[in-house]
Amino acid sequence: MAALGHWFRRTFPHGIHPAECKSLTAGKPIQRLPFPPELILPLAQHTGAPSVPTVHQGQEVVRGEPIATAAGFVSVPLHAPATGVIRGIDLMPTAKGPYTRSIILEVYPGDSQEVRYTAARDVDAMSPAEIIQAVQDTGLVGLGGAAFPTHVKLSPPKEHKIHTVLINGCECEPFLTTDHRVMLENGADLVAGTRIFMKALGAERGIIGLEDNKLDAAEALRAHLPADGSITVEVVQTKYPQGAEKMLAKAILGVEIPSGSYPSSVGLAVFNVSSTAQLGSLLPRSQGVIERVVTITGPGVDKPGNYLVPIGTPVRFILEKLGFRGAEQTLIMGGPMMGSTVASLDVPTTKGCGGFLVLTERELEGQTFESAYPCISCGHCVEACPMILNPCEMGKLAAAGRYGEMDSYFLNDCFECGCCSYVCPSGIPLVQYFRIAKAANRQKSKAS
Amino acid sequence: MTDPATTTAHVLLRTSPHLRKAPPVDVIMRNVVYALLPVCAFAVWQFGISVLALMVVCTGACLLTEHLVCRFSGKPTTVGDWSVVITGLLLALTLPPGFPLWMGAVAAVFGTGVGKLLFGGLGYNVMNPALVGRAFAQAAFTVPITTWVPHGAADRFTTFIPSTLTLPFLKPVPIDDWLASHTVDGFTGATPLAMMKFEHVPADSLELLLGTTAGSAGETSALLILLCGMYLVFRNMMNWRITTAILGTSALFSAIFHAISPDIYPGPVFTLCSGGLMLGAVFMATDMVGSPVTPLGVWVYGALIGLVTVTIRFWGGLSEGVMYAILLGNACAPLISSVTQPRRYGAPKREWRGSA
Repeated sequence: MAALGHWFRRTFPHGIHPAECKSLTAGKPIQRLPFPPELILPLAQHTGAPSVPTVHQGQEVVRGEPIATAAGFVSVPLHAPATGVIRGIDLMPTAKGPYTRSIILEVYPGDSQEVRYTAARDVDAMSPAEIIQAVQDTGLVGLGGAAFPTHVKLSPPKEHKIHTVLINGCECEPFLTTDHRVMLENGADLVAGTRIFMKALGAERGIIGLEDNKLDAAEALRAHLPADGSITVEVVQTKYPQGAEKMLAKAILGVEIPSGSYPSSVGLAVFNVSSTAQLGSLLPRSQGVIERVVTITGPGVDKPGNYLVPIGTPVRFILEKLGFRGAEQTLIMGGPMMGSTVASLDVPTTKGCGGFLVLTERELEGQTFESAYPCISCGHCVEACPMILNPCEMGKLAAAGRYGEMDSYFLNDCFECGCCSYVCPSGIPLVQYFRIAKAANRQKSKAS
Repeated sequence: MTDPATTTAHVLLRTSPHLRKAPPVDVIMRNVVYALLPVCAFAVWQFGISVLALMVVCTGACLLTEHLVCRFSGKPTTVGDWSVVITGLLLALTLPPGFPLWMGAVAAVFGTGVGKLLFGGLGYNVMNPALVGRAFAQAAFTVPITTWVPHGAADRFTTFIPSTLTLPFLKPVPIDDWLASHTVDGFTGATPLAMMKFEHVPADSLELLLGTTAGSAGETSALLILLCGMYLVFRNMMNWRITTAILGTSALFSAIFHAISPDIYPGPVFTLCSGGLMLGAVFMATDMVGSPVTPLGVWVYGALIGLVTVTIRFWGGLSEGVMYAILLGNACAPLISSVTQPRRYGAPKREWRGSA
């Protein structure tokens, strides 16, 4: 019956069905990993202005203590993920490539690692403005990957009245199961977080949306829903990229977020499940984000699972603990569709990182995106594009270097989900072309 | 634990998406060839070794042309993508069974050379190369391309139809004597389409469906072609919308005119099952390169082909119009694509569908 129900569930037009590969970790409860000897905390691990450190070399810090403050509104503070001593503030490699200023924290191995920075708060007595400030103080950013400061989304333009808070639990990327486990295990926190968001925004309803490959999570969540019916759980079809907020709004509410606008323009605010659950647990206790759930998975790992990892844990430490097999493997930060490879294993886990996927040569065989054949105009990309663009035409323009003309095909509506490259039988690196084209167009408009 | 230095050294940098779905182009093309094989086998069963020879010669000429053109233009050969095999087989299937081999070879060279490679090869050609070759043959060899033979001749597996073995650059050997000795009851040397058009004698629908009639080598069994097409649709290697649009439009139009004047215009079943409509709708109009890429565009394209086919059949000088209809459709495909851009997600209400 569950399979039959699939066809009656809501979804968005187009999209693709990559192999889910979630069974490696979906059944594994969240486990804590040991603390590494050293944590690396980039000051710019969120979108916006880098945090300003408030500690100095040699200073001892306690787990949960603020160690950097927000540099303005679009910025967040940082909290010490472990008790230890500040070794320095230095340029360190990050997953995206460039070296950025980071706080290096040496963890005291013998410490109990208790969170001592805590104070109970009565959320019901707080005003929306107080809540927004409190959210910023938690250092919370979008844990789904964008790492956009959460409190900024709670302050939409005045003319936009938010009526619905959408909690995004789709997790459409293959392999990743972080949000799935959080929904299963932290349902109460998730619902509490949803209520905080609704209160801050004055929204009358909250909807937790998830895909129908996580029906157990839907069941688990329904047990925590408030009796007044203000928060509901909606199950949609499993399809990539359902987890994009535009696709979620379309599937659940039938609403399109206008091109170039924020969800608030149609009265929506969309938050990731993991962020919401963290908020529900942190804000009433005045704590900050110090750890997150990360899915470590793929055929190149001996002990795949969902692990609670302190922010700043070096990737190498995690992989060595879990058995990173052999050489010549590809480590992907995030999922296989939109994740990025990392140049070095010595980069830290950041707030926005929900998973590490280790593939082996076998999976990657024949996956190289060298154009093997010319475009045969099969139209598969046009049928796959969830934004209903024409990747085929744009690809031809990009291949000819005519980036400027691609704007008339709405290049900037592309959010680089990669469906077009995934289905292309000619192996044309379409989404890769589009990234280059966008960068070239940005460069050009900057120059002029 | 592995040595950190070596581990780091072997981390490869790639950009997302890191996985992709097969099948690549050569697999698609190869499967189209597989889907054509039953049609080819049926043609050989019906018309014998003459058709087999025609297929071998056409396909060989196409392969050789593509290979040599690639060689001479200093590029690696592209025959490995299998698309040129489809061209050769399709061309042979659209020719009359007794078509002289040398003329088939010329049509193949023209179709591949001018119809495909001159434009830049696979993906760049505007029109279906097999049909370009056939259009050339239609213009250059008017008599042999309208000379039909009966199917199922008793000695078809042992002897060639005399015209098949015509020496290069000579007029086809007359086959009147051969026809006289092989003619079964009532064979008039005309296809069911010509009989309908010029004599208003409709053929039996079942015969058309099963293909036990005269006609081009591979065009006769509508049922078999449809089944083979369904294999490709099942594998998501063919756009069924194009086929549906062509068949639907042509059936609708012939139904309308049949209702007005049943004596002159054939009914929808005859229209669908006769001539090259089924082969064209299933295997030629669906050629990905020549068809539009937009979801709405493929319906428009299919409807256009269906309409032109029926128009030529009913009121044109030729008894069959599928070839020109598809070539016209191919020529219009880029235009159709550009005016049927889908409405993008989140577009303002009154945005024009077409792109600038």
